[in-house]
Amino acid sequence: MKPNKAVGIVGYGGYIPRYRIDAAEVNRVWKDSAMPLGRSFKAVPGPDEDTATIAIQAARNAMRMAQISPEKLRAVWFGTESKPYAVKPTSTIVADAIGALPHANAADWEFACKPGTEAMQAAIAMVGSGMAPYAMCGGADTAQARPGDILEYNTGAGGASFILGEAEESLAILEASTSYVTNTPDFFRREGQPYPSHGQRFTGKPAYFHHIRAAVGELLNETGATPESFKYAVFHQPNYQFPLKVAASLGFPKEKVEPFILTSQIGNTYSGAALLGLATALDAAAPGDKILLASYGSGAGSDAFSFTVTERIEEIRSRGVSIKSYLNRTRLIDYAVYARYRGKLRMN
Amino acid sequence: MQIAKSWRRQPSNLRLEGTRCTGCGQLEFPTVIRCAQCGEIEFETYQFAGKGKVIVASTVYEATRDFGEHVPYCAAIIELEEGIHLATMITDVDPADVTVGMEVEMVTRRIAAQGDNGPILYAYKFAPQLQIL
Repeated sequence: MKPNKAVGIVGYGGYIPRYRIDAAEVNRVWKDSAMPLGRSFKAVPGPDEDTATIAIQAARNAMRMAQISPEKLRAVWFGTESKPYAVKPTSTIVADAIGALPHANAADWEFACKPGTEAMQAAIAMVGSGMAPYAMCGGADTAQARPGDILEYNTGAGGASFILGEAEESLAILEASTSYVTNTPDFFRREGQPYPSHGQRFTGKPAYFHHIRAAVGELLNETGATPESFKYAVFHQPNYQFPLKVAASLGFPKEKVEPFILTSQIGNTYSGAALLGLATALDAAAPGDKILLASYGSGAGSDAFSFTVTERIEEIRSRGVSIKSYLNRTRLIDYAVYARYRGKLRMN
Repeated sequence: MQIAKSWRRQPSNLRLEGTRCTGCGQLEFPTVIRCAQCGEIEFETYQFAGKGKVIVASTVYEATRDFGEHVPYCAAIIELEEGIHLATMITDVDPADVTVGMEVEMVTRRIAAQGDNGPILYAYKFAPQLQIL
């Protein structure tokens, strides 16, 4: 599916907190056994950071790149599963911080790890229908994990923001997008619970792999493209192996996918994961490159997109902040500091 | 923290909005109701760029209740590019590594919250300027 009027990305930005914890340190505290996987780190929000502050900085970086007036944004939509408030939108805080209020639509989106790409589809439709000159969408999380659970080894923090506008102004133009959604309870968090639950192996074949394969398959059918058509492919990245495995099953070679898998450096940033991968791919892209994006959200669904990079990318991108700038800014902490920063020590 | 008070301060806290005197052009942050230079009472909104440098810094180990969860933290006075001096916290750096003259930029952070049930105050802090690669 695509709008009647051509739409593209006119700016993007990401944000990753400074702190990192080594998965081996988590393993030292809980399992004290040999790590089954390669060495990896995850980003940890500082004591003064949460999903709102991450989303704000990502939005500011996107605005810095787009160089548009914030009053022209008709929508500020952010997706997350770690809202600072259970009732009160995070998106109004973000929109206020970048000066987009009051004549804008602001809403929080929710679909496990893929609300950001749902918001992206809606932003594409809003601009493509002529209702708005620009719309902002994004995803950010301070990913929750029960202490000692396998999720705790790589649940990170970070987010990315994208501004959609008319194709003529864009650094990458949307070719098409698809969605594939079913009622599959592979991962969830019940109301009032601090940590999510998951179906362990059930999160794989019937969940992540089935939905991404279906959404991407439909996209390839709709556009007539093949894996060879794309320079880069970005998949939701709950860990290092899943995106490589789903890519291989669809016919995408490792070299088109691996550079944009950030999980060994920052962990799984849930709603931020696929979008930070896309931002990293755009940081590397050249005019004419086609980029595939496929998100995944438990519950379950996948949104797939095909973008073609334009001649404008180098000029627009030079105004922004690369994801690498944040990947290289690190401060290693131990489990005790991590536990404090993540609020795992209840003082009252 | 009073909800109405923090709500009124959101333009300053989130966007670093101050005032420019319509009489003499004097910049002020936070906003004022009468110009200290010329006595003018008409102002226009002025958004500061959010870049500056540290003039003086100190590490806080014992904080008031609202800031207790952040200790130790760096409290500093910075000079904005526009010449305004501003008291703020420096974040994203170990307090001992903050130096006079360090170039900093505004970030929005979670400043305080009233327990698990109260409103969350988001406002400016300053962080070392990011090295853009």
